[in-house]
Amino acid sequence: MNMNAVLPQGSSKISAKALDVHYSEKQALFGVDLDIRAGEVTALIGPSGCGKSTFLRCINRMNDLVDGARVSGSLTLDGTDIYDRIIDVVQLRARVGMVFQKPNPFPKSIYDNVAYGPRIHGLAQDQAELDEIVMTSLEKAGLLNEVKDRLQESGTSLSGGQQQRLCIARAIAVEPEVILMDEPCSALDPIATAKVEELIDELRENFTIVIVTHSMQQAARVSQRTAFFHLGKLIEVGDTEQIFTNPQQPLTQGYITGRFG
Amino acid sequence: MQTLTLAAILLLLSSFAFRLGRKRAFAVSAHEPRSLHSLPGYYGSWVALWCGLPAFAVLVAWLVLEPTVVRELVISDLPAAMQALPSDNIDVLINEVRNAAQGHATTNPDLAAAADHYTHLRQIGFAAVAVVSVAIALAGAAFAYRRIEPALRARPRVEASINVFLVASSTVAIFTTIGIVLSLLFESLRFFHMVNFFDFLFGLSWSPQMATRSDQVGSSGAFGMIPLFTGTMLISLISMVVALPLGLFSAIYMSEYAQPRIRAVAKPALEILAGIPTVVFGFFAVITVAPLIRTAGAMFGLSVASESALAAGFVMGITLIPLISSLSDDVITAVPQSLREGAFGLGATRSETIRQVVLPAALPGIVGGVLLAVSRAIGETMIVVMAAGLSAKLTFNPLEAVTTVTVQIVTLLVGDTEFDSPKTLAAFALGLMLFAITLGLNVVALHIVQKYREKYD
Repeated sequence: MNMNAVLPQGSSKISAKALDVHYSEKQALFGVDLDIRAGEVTALIGPSGCGKSTFLRCINRMNDLVDGARVSGSLTLDGTDIYDRIIDVVQLRARVGMVFQKPNPFPKSIYDNVAYGPRIHGLAQDQAELDEIVMTSLEKAGLLNEVKDRLQESGTSLSGGQQQRLCIARAIAVEPEVILMDEPCSALDPIATAKVEELIDELRENFTIVIVTHSMQQAARVSQRTAFFHLGKLIEVGDTEQIFTNPQQPLTQGYITGRFG
Repeated sequence: MQTLTLAAILLLLSSFAFRLGRKRAFAVSAHEPRSLHSLPGYYGSWVALWCGLPAFAVLVAWLVLEPTVVRELVISDLPAAMQALPSDNIDVLINEVRNAAQGHATTNPDLAAAADHYTHLRQIGFAAVAVVSVAIALAGAAFAYRRIEPALRARPRVEASINVFLVASSTVAIFTTIGIVLSLLFESLRFFHMVNFFDFLFGLSWSPQMATRSDQVGSSGAFGMIPLFTGTMLISLISMVVALPLGLFSAIYMSEYAQPRIRAVAKPALEILAGIPTVVFGFFAVITVAPLIRTAGAMFGLSVASESALAAGFVMGITLIPLISSLSDDVITAVPQSLREGAFGLGATRSETIRQVVLPAALPGIVGGVLLAVSRAIGETMIVVMAAGLSAKLTFNPLEAVTTVTVQIVTLLVGDTEFDSPKTLAAFALGLMLFAITLGLNVVALHIVQKYREKYD
């Protein structure tokens, strides 16, 4: 059912070559070459304004929504250029889901929040199938036990951590191949953060995950690969363990030891 | 003129008092302002308030009382024969005296003398007030000045007086409202003494002619508001049918689709529409729209009245577009961007995002805006006076001429009227009903808008 099953773990799912991004006059990314491997969690770290979120938002073309944003170079998903004219951005976003910094459940019921994606993409043939998708998604997001008795309550009535897991359930209900997470825990308390991190680790089995984080401990805990960005350039990428224990670049070393950023 | 000069003098004194007070504060602190309770400026303001407020109070009291006092004094000085006249005639005399005092010659020597007396009294009175208020200003300033010491809590006192001023300002607005409502209420009660309340509320016929002679044909009028009410509702409904989609769609375009450059031009342009006086829209309705509808109706073999509800409602709808559009634009823009991103991130198209996420989130605010527009439509007068007609026909046919509550209020009160016949008093009762309806709508609208706000703050 999932494209990831076809791709062997560790092969390149997303590949960026000489990727430049401009916002009007300002250049935000400079010639980024980065491979994201299937079935792994890749963490993007770096100080504020380093371009890690910009890179993330290129992968599902969220930058299209920004006036004056220009992307050049190549960015491929399973070998197809994401910015090719043949790609429908709606289909792309169904394949590449996203979880945002601040939990943003729709002001609808919990059920409708999760069912939203499957509905617009016509993934369910009938009500029973839709129920099935909603239930499995909630379960995968580790939220089912907490909300199964109140699926008709508003999604905004949940706590912050629950809301964020609801947003994750909403994203995985579309059965994407890749899930992008933009600082998913920055608005959560430590307990809720721990739950979401645990969840990310479980989701790795079925999805390729790219996560932007400001917390180096989080990057170390959840990711297999880490990419360090600085001033719009990719400085270093490698296995998480290697980046944190034996960085090759002095900039990376300076950042992870807390000398700047 | 004299009064203005006096007021200017008092202001000048106050500003002088301010400087003195501030200087004094510096002095008592031994040029160590930190040792003062408040900043030196507050001591200055405090002295200025003591100087200005009591003096101005005296001045205002005099301005209010002067006409009565001078009048009584002038009357008491008139010849006894004149004093014995009924009060209405005395009013006429006093008016003549005032005119004479302003330089219009009078033939009556008694009144000429009274006019001299009048002028004299006013001069004395003003001189007295000038002296007294300046004295009070000086005394107040001196009193405050001498009490300046570091421990004086100047800032809280100054701020308390500002507080009083603010409360007074809002009280004026509130009491004006209460006054208007009460006058509506009491005049309506007088009306309901003459016409049965339920006949008014549920009567199906409206013809507010009252006989001037008892033997006149059709001597009794009918005061049933239902035809007017249906007219109002019909025209409001037509206007909302026009304004709601146009306003809402233009708001969606402005907030979700328009490029910033287009928005920068189109939005002010739409707001200019709101600035056009309704009377201009009124003749637009009469001269352009009504004939257009007539011709169009004739093509389909329909007979359209030259003053149709459709023409009035249509044009009124146009006037409401900017209101609905700008209120909706505000609430749509207030929907957090993160919700849109959430929907886009799931692969929703722009139109799916707007229909399924943005509009539902903005709906309470939009409903509130629409209700405000409805209450505007119900209260709108100028366009319907010009374009809707006067015949109080009970009909739901938009092609016929109807009349509205507001139009009838205007016609009842235009021209020479006496305020004790049911005909004129009916205007108050209609006004009261109108007020009750729009008030109710506004309360509901505000409630909905408020509920919406709680969600995202």
